[in-house]
Amino acid sequence: MTDSSANVQHGLIEHSHGAGVPLQIRSDRPRSKSVSDFAAIDQRQDLWRYLDSSALKGLDADVLAEYKNEVQFAETAGVTFTWIESTDSRVGLIGLPEDRVAAAAYTNASKTLLVEIAMDVVLVEPLRINIVGSSNTASALHLVIVANKFSDATIVLEHSGLGVLGENIEIDVQDEAKLNFVSVQNWESGSSHVAAHYSRLGRSSYLKHSVATFGGDLVRITPVSTFTGSGAEVEMNGVYFADAGQHIENRPFVDHAAPNCKSRVTYKGALQGNKAHTVWIGDVLIRVVAEGTDTYELNRNLLLTDGARADSVPNLEIETGEIEGAGHASASGRFDDEQLFYLQARGITVDEARRLVVLGFLVDILQRTGVEDVIERMTSVLEDKLGRS
Amino acid sequence: MAILQIKNLHVSVDTDQGTKGILKGVDLTIRSGEIHAVMGPNGSGKSTLAYSIAGHPKYQVTDGEILLDGENVLEMSVDERARAGLFLAMQYPVEIPGVSVSNFLRTAKTAITGEAPALRTWIKEVRESMDNLKMDPTFSERNVNEGFSGGEKKRHEILQMELLKPRFAVLDETDSGLDVDALKIVSEGVNRAHTANDLGVLLITHYTRILKYIKPDFVHVFVDGKVAEQGGAELADRLEAEGYDRYVKA
Ligand SMILES: Nc1ncnc2c1ncn2[C@@H]1O[C@H](COP(=O)(O)OP(=O)(O)O)[C@@H](O)[C@H]1O
Ligand SMILES: [Mg+2]
Repeated sequence: MTDSSANVQHGLIEHSHGAGVPLQIRSDRPRSKSVSDFAAIDQRQDLWRYLDSSALKGLDADVLAEYKNEVQFAETAGVTFTWIESTDSRVGLIGLPEDRVAAAAYTNASKTLLVEIAMDVVLVEPLRINIVGSSNTASALHLVIVANKFSDATIVLEHSGLGVLGENIEIDVQDEAKLNFVSVQNWESGSSHVAAHYSRLGRSSYLKHSVATFGGDLVRITPVSTFTGSGAEVEMNGVYFADAGQHIENRPFVDHAAPNCKSRVTYKGALQGNKAHTVWIGDVLIRVVAEGTDTYELNRNLLLTDGARADSVPNLEIETGEIEGAGHASASGRFDDEQLFYLQARGITVDEARRLVVLGFLVDILQRTGVEDVIERMTSVLEDKLGRS
Repeated sequence: MAILQIKNLHVSVDTDQGTKGILKGVDLTIRSGEIHAVMGPNGSGKSTLAYSIAGHPKYQVTDGEILLDGENVLEMSVDERARAGLFLAMQYPVEIPGVSVSNFLRTAKTAITGEAPALRTWIKEVRESMDNLKMDPTFSERNVNEGFSGGEKKRHEILQMELLKPRFAVLDETDSGLDVDALKIVSEGVNRAHTANDLGVLLITHYTRILKYIKPDFVHVFVDGKVAEQGGAELADRLEAEGYDRYVKA
């Protein structure tokens, strides 16, 4: 059974594709480490249809530079950070590229940063990995994060500066481990960033995966979460704010390949200004073995001005009837005038009212990360953006 | 002593079938401390009157005026009207996700008075008002109107009225959907604000029930976009006995 629906809005025109959008079965996509296995990018390809390929700034080329000096981290007890050869057998275990840009990044990152949280280790403070770019040379980076059994940690990966980056991140959440992973994209303008996150969840593990994207001309993230053991749970959250000319694309995918797992996907975005464009493609696959699955995915977009466009397409593929629950919702719309009127009727100016409503809508997602300084700093980034309108 | 005057007010809305006139010449004068009940059948234009006073953009004033102490209210934006001392307790308050009641109340109070309230005394004041309205303290952590029951929404409206201390309040069917206990609690809140702030009240209602708890000085019967008859509290008793039939053309 395949269920798909779409809700796209730009300007005042609303399109609804309803059921029956042609859909390549998500799990059937070809995978390869090698860029030469993928054809040149073309907007006629479904994977790239929303994107002008010139915005990739060379991330789809055969040869890319490497990121290493741009990656900063602090040694922490219970955690090892090691740059290993990408030919090492510990690389490529969790996920392989599904598109040309991810494959180019894979092929060209000769070293991989392995971050390993030892068994049983419980970290109170978040681990920080800061990536600070300083050029517009198309570059590649590969990270492998292993949360060993019974560990419990938070990792905040933050991207800033000027960068053109193709990034692969493998996340191994082993049996009964708990990981709170946050990736912040707050690049300077002129930056392009295309990332693939491959997460694998073992038995009774828990992953909270969040992406927060505010800065960068192009940011496209494809986070994949695959259940390989029963009784695990993933919460995938996303928040984004696209200003004039920014393109922010999120393509979360949850692969229910084990029974009795739970997934919740919640992405919220706001757009303002001419050619602000966001794309959300949310795929969930419930395989035959995945009895007892409980899943829900949601995407909401607020269009703050004319000239902005939000595309939103949830897809749910269900191969077994024995599930707990499966649902999705998607809506993109204008500012709610009644909300503004209500606040104004209490003496609040229209600008302040707008700010309150939009901030409330987005901060809700930031708060779910539970990382205080990220919530605070990103709230003020949002306040700045709203002040600009 | 403040005075709110509504003179010959004509209001229309845009509909799919074109512009539709709803208010057809409303005259009302309310002074500080007075309680006016506006009673009328469904669809007679009561909410339209309430929204027009508050300045909802959907409603266009085509003739007449609204004056607050001689100042032209129609030239003020929605928030300016609120800061000038007008308050509307809405019939259908909207949900605002991600904005907590406490943040909302503090922001509104700051906007109305022009400065942030002293935190200590403000928190105490909010807690007392919530106590009086039998609202649970955890209420302030919830998002504005999100998941509130009908009764909770109405209490929340009266809470705002008590805290923001307007000069005139328009209560649009604040009584509808309340059980007897909630009706008493909400009425006591209105009476408290009335006494404490010499509040002028425009109490819009469909039923006479709330008038057992809030005693009006004047009653206006509202039919087809204007005041059809006015009198004292005794007019409400007659409405209770006879209904609106004699005002509504067959
Ligand atoms: N926004 C609107 N668009 C179209 N018609 C409206 C709108 N608001 C009110 N009306 C119409 O105006 C009339 C009066 O409505 P309302 O003021 O809500 O009456 P009441 O509050 O007395 O029940 C009704 O016929 C209603 O359908
Ligand atoms: Mg009404």
